[in-house]
Amino acid sequence: MRTLLLLILLATPAGAVQPDEMLDDPALEARARDLSQGLRCLVCRNESIDESNADLARDMRLLVRERLAAGESDAEIVEGLVDRYGEFVLLEPQRNGANLILWGAPLLLLLAGAGVAAAHIMRQSKAVPDGLDPAEEAQLRELLDETRPR
Amino acid sequence: MIAELGHFALIAAFSVALVQMIVPMVGAWKGWSGWMAAAAPAAIAQVALVAVSFAALTHAFVTSDFSLRLVVLNSHTDKPMLYKVSGVWGNHEGSLLLWVLILSAFGAAAAMFGGRLPATLRARVLAVQASVGVAFYAFILFTSNPFVRLAQPPFNGEDLNPLLQDPGLAFHPPFLYLGYVGLSMAFSFAVAALIEGRVDAAWGRWVRPWTLAAWLFLTVGIALGSWWAYYELGWGGFWFWDPVENASFMPWLIAAALLHSAIVVEKREALKAWTILLAILAFGFSLVGTFIVRSGVLTSVHAFANDPERGVFILLILGVFVGGALTLYALRAPAMQARGVFGVVSRESALVVNNLLLAVSAFVVFVGTVWPLVAELAFDRTLSVGPPFFNAAFTPFVIALAVLVPLGSALPWKRGRAKAVRAMGPVALLALAVAGLVWAMQTGRSLGGPLGAGLGVWLVAGALVDLVTRTGRGRWSDRLGRVTRLPGADWGKALAHGGLGLTIFGVAALTAWQQEGVAVLDIGDRLAVGRYEVELREVERVQGPNYVATRATLAAYEGGREIGSLRPEKRVYPVARMPTTEAGIDSGLFRDLYTVIGDPQTGGGWAVRVYVKPYANWIWGGAIVMALGGVLSLGDRRYRVAAGAQKVRVAEVPAE
Repeated sequence: MRTLLLLILLATPAGAVQPDEMLDDPALEARARDLSQGLRCLVCRNESIDESNADLARDMRLLVRERLAAGESDAEIVEGLVDRYGEFVLLEPQRNGANLILWGAPLLLLLAGAGVAAAHIMRQSKAVPDGLDPAEEAQLRELLDETRPR
Repeated sequence: MIAELGHFALIAAFSVALVQMIVPMVGAWKGWSGWMAAAAPAAIAQVALVAVSFAALTHAFVTSDFSLRLVVLNSHTDKPMLYKVSGVWGNHEGSLLLWVLILSAFGAAAAMFGGRLPATLRARVLAVQASVGVAFYAFILFTSNPFVRLAQPPFNGEDLNPLLQDPGLAFHPPFLYLGYVGLSMAFSFAVAALIEGRVDAAWGRWVRPWTLAAWLFLTVGIALGSWWAYYELGWGGFWFWDPVENASFMPWLIAAALLHSAIVVEKREALKAWTILLAILAFGFSLVGTFIVRSGVLTSVHAFANDPERGVFILLILGVFVGGALTLYALRAPAMQARGVFGVVSRESALVVNNLLLAVSAFVVFVGTVWPLVAELAFDRTLSVGPPFFNAAFTPFVIALAVLVPLGSALPWKRGRAKAVRAMGPVALLALAVAGLVWAMQTGRSLGGPLGAGLGVWLVAGALVDLVTRTGRGRWSDRLGRVTRLPGADWGKALAHGGLGLTIFGVAALTAWQQEGVAVLDIGDRLAVGRYEVELREVERVQGPNYVATRATLAAYEGGREIGSLRPEKRVYPVARMPTTEAGIDSGLFRDLYTVIGDPQTGGGWAVRVYVKPYANWIWGGAIVMALGGVLSLGDRRYRVAAGAQKVRVAEVPAE
């Protein structure tokens, strides 16, 4: 039942941004949309406030637009929301503290993997091409012995 | 009575699986052929028993037997028949029953088609497969029994989640499970080979069809899920990097890597240990996915803490199988020496890079998926990892991979020269030209559009050129004839790589060039988006079988000319007390016109949302082409003819 409830939260049909919420100034409205897409609807599952039609998402959209209309910068607005709701509200994790492990992971994993792969390729290319292993050597000797006239 | 029969059959299948797990394994160890021979009939008996159990549960759903708790929670008499049937797997317990049904079906298929495998390998593969089954039967019987009766059955059920009452989602879980569980075959082959201590070209050839089948089912399953999200959730998103989506995407990436490395084992007897590791990881990620979806741990740590029984059980299964297999791997793998030598510039090297990119990208998705959990437990930070992280971290891998594909497939095995890729020169020029043209033509400054177009051309044209190169030299008329006679695997490769190009282009185009309009419309009002216009003609109430809907009729115009009418709906399911949106979509090859009807406004009129989604269908079309490539490759007669032909003794590598 709980998973069902979560699914419902995940997928409430999108009302998303409503006509009556939108700002008249297209430049400000575009900024509002950009900001909204990076902010998480706190009661939804993995939805931005731009996509969600939960009441809270609507409140947050209106809040963002109010601040924009008041002339705040994008950074100030995001900072204000993080102060209020915690960093959980950010869909893009901050690049600080322990999160550096997260942001560094792709490059570190790639470098580590590339090191192993390069070592493997170099080793393979330096190996004696198409040599015989000891078992094959023995088999070859056997064959030669058999055919050799005694 | 029938439900009890199903319950009983499931317990019987559990017992058979226990026998199948132990007897053939001992037989293979001692060399007793009678004990080894028990595996095949046991595998077939197992699938028959689970099928009976599954049929019993289906019967309960179809006849709306509300004495079963599961049916009450997930069904209703008014529900259409299709969803009564799909309701069987639209819940935790039933979906696990589907899981074991598919698991045992794969086991039985291996028993029936594996006649040419060496007896010991076959016995061990089936025993390992049965051991996975034992774990999941125990999970179902002890924690998630679908056949629980109610003492006082209600008159009607609580209905299935309306979002799941959709044809796309009805078939999404079975395909996903065919993929997830199909990877268990690769796992069983890997563990059996580790126990045997032998991996050779023949092993690569046996394991590849199973992986290919699993991969193509996963491809279709993921595409169906993405397509469903696109038309059902109401704003046309197709991928959200949700933990549940990532859970299916990670095994897909690893399976794609495994497909390619198994080719190297088959053709060149190199990368053996790595291929075994990938086979273990692929199924490991399937189990991780099952854990994520079934335990709810990533959606809420608290949900997991309140009901830890199921989550802990799956974690235990995960620990035993992956931990056990990796231990075995650590003991045995060092002895598996590669035989095929290859140069720095060669098909093998290209495939190593392919594997590097696919495997690392899978781990990047994994890190991003579990990071919120790690951050909360270890660093006391409650945070979200959303699409911005995944897009930034994952996209470079896709681009690198797309650039590599045509180059790698043009390189010869063993030792190539850089000039081998010369045939791709014109393709690269064409791709650059297209990217430049798109850059010049597009409005706005997005880099994604031109990049996607360039990579799409590069992959599709590269696949075509590769196919043509394979016909050798001679007159064009002869070569054209030879194209049709190329092996299925060559066509499969071309389609899979070309399909990837189509999908990459679709994703890039949709992301870069989507247009959107929102407005309050009264009857007769129009809303313009790009070169399209939509007029609200009518809004009516419609009674469905188990819902009521508000349906709008919209007339669509392109450049002033009427091109058709769209009927978006907003439905309310009274039993489940849930609304859903049904988008009205005018699908096309080059764009979708996507419309959604919202709530009536207080001042009159309705909120109407219109999107122009360019090349949307190419995303799923590309996935279908990829899967088709898998089908063609699977049909390659070389698998059927030579699958059993074991190589001579010198090809074996003893592990001891």
